Amino acid sequence: MRVTQGCFSFLPDLTDEQITAQVQYCLDKGWAVNIEFTDDPHPRNTYWEMWGLPMFDLRDAAGILKELNDCRRTYGDRYIRLSGFDATHGWESLRISFIVNRPKDEPGFRLLRQEVDGRSVRYTTVSYAVDRPEGSRYE
Amino acid sequence: MNEQSMTVRGKDRYKSGVMEYKKMGYWEPDYVPKDTDIIALFRVTPQDGVDPVEACAAVAGESSTATWTVVWTDRLTAAEKYRAKCYRVDPVPNSPGSYFAYIAYDLDLFEPGSIANLTASIIGNVFGFKPLKALRLEDMRLPVAYVKTFQGPATGIVVERERLDKFGRPLLGATVKPKLGLSGRNYGRVVYEALKGGLDFCKDDENINSQPFMHWRDRFLYCMEAVNRAQAATGEIKGTYLNVTAATMEDMYERAELAKQLGSVIIMIDLVIGYTAIQSMAKWARRNDMILHLHRAGHSTYTRQRLHGVSFRVIAKWMRLAGVDHIHAGTVVGKLEGDPATTRGYYDICRQDFNKTTLEHGVFFDQQWASLNQMMPVASGGIHAGQMHQLLDHLGEDVVLQFGGGTIGHPKGIQAGATANRVALEAMILARNEGRDYVHEGPEILAKAAQTCTPLREALEIWKDITFNYESTDSPDFVPTATPAM
Repeated sequence: MRVTQGCFSFLPDLTDEQITAQVQYCLDKGWAVNIEFTDDPHPRNTYWEMWGLPMFDLRDAAGILKELNDCRRTYGDRYIRLSGFDATHGWESLRISFIVNRPKDEPGFRLLRQEVDGRSVRYTTVSYAVDRPEGSRYE
Repeated sequence: MNEQSMTVRGKDRYKSGVMEYKKMGYWEPDYVPKDTDIIALFRVTPQDGVDPVEACAAVAGESSTATWTVVWTDRLTAAEKYRAKCYRVDPVPNSPGSYFAYIAYDLDLFEPGSIANLTASIIGNVFGFKPLKALRLEDMRLPVAYVKTFQGPATGIVVERERLDKFGRPLLGATVKPKLGLSGRNYGRVVYEALKGGLDFCKDDENINSQPFMHWRDRFLYCMEAVNRAQAATGEIKGTYLNVTAATMEDMYERAELAKQLGSVIIMIDLVIGYTAIQSMAKWARRNDMILHLHRAGHSTYTRQRLHGVSFRVIAKWMRLAGVDHIHAGTVVGKLEGDPATTRGYYDICRQDFNKTTLEHGVFFDQQWASLNQMMPVASGGIHAGQMHQLLDHLGEDVVLQFGGGTIGHPKGIQAGATANRVALEAMILARNEGRDYVHEGPEILAKAAQTCTPLREALEIWKDITFNYESTDSPDFVPTATPAM
């Protein structure tokens, strides 16, 4: 399967050149770019690990791409996403978020159904990846 | 038009009998509205032979304290404070016989936090007043002191995006079709296919409640099976607007509770349930972490004609106060009424924290929203993937684009239809962010994306000539005038 979170998951994987253009868009808007990675892409796993702090002061797309490539060297077998954070009053949240790296094989999710009162069902989504211990999920 | 006050003062003012409204204190051309006043702008079309100022003063009177004759009991009150004051009357451009009346109301006339109370005054008796041929409420200025007495949207655009983990692009939806007749099991199939194919939301139509062909519990159970299956298949949060509209509040609460229990992120109500019921559901939604979608069913009966009724921009303002998260606000390019400039005004009212007076968009007042949450506008009705560049240009990023027919009518099925829409959208966002002139290059951007996406290619082919170009029945009265360069 293919996890389709983020802004561009339905397009072919972005090239470094395309990623740089999106980063430049964020910088032009005055947003802070953030790199995060995870080995559990559960749709409600909000807090991916941060590759350092959001880059509030790095205003150079090439520099950000270098950070991304450093992150890829260490965590190339995991999901990595880039996001742009807008601290403007009234928003103070992400303005864009997109996946820039995926494990070679994406195992996806198991849907558990607990049949309860009447015909109601309690649903639980579980990443197959978490069947294995953290850190060795895509080996 | 804006001559002097004619108000009769002192003991003559209270002599028994009938007195013109403009002499009773409802026409005060020197009045300067206070920051805390509510201001209403009416389009007044008097009957032939009725003096326009008298007609406008009558609107002020009949929407506040007046009755048809002088009453001595006014003297038991601070009557001058409670009288609404028409302070300005302008002829409507290019519309002989109609006048814009600006009327100020003291804040004490209104109960805090109640749309029902506000509307009972402002659009109460006055709309049936015989000396008027027609009356339309065009816009309102709501003072911050009043705005702050409302909860506002239960969730708001920012938190909705955070909960759904979707940023940087419009959300995609589809209304399940056919709107009537599907069984719960078949209905859920449409939801699953559309969500798995790439949409974020599906939607019940306004008249899907609990009918013989599908009772509400059945719909909810099958829809949530579909939502959860699609979530597991894509790793994305998905939702379907479960319409909880019903005959009584008790029924609506019961339906909303089941939606919550089953894990739905969103429920839906129709405008026809009424202002009080909407406010009740907004409070329920805030308490229960639920996004609240409003379908504006019925609004065209009073918003569409220029001479009589209530402008949709006013309904949008009331709904933002009342606290819904989503509101249908027009598509510009689709099958339903909506001139681009007027629609732009509606979208600004939904999404900005401060609306600047923009007459060419039909926005007559500066409006401060004082950090009240933003409403997500929804564009629905006759739109398709081939219009993606125009939709993004007209409607922006914080909007739900609903492709019902444009998803379900795809020749290769619902999943393919959904994928076509999602790919078209992502390609357009990518191009826009890259700095391309996406409005003009839109067709090429779509064609390029279609090279690696067969469903998009098929969608572009089948709907390539579909447009809805009819003249609008409600467009702004003012056209932009060039300002000389300083």
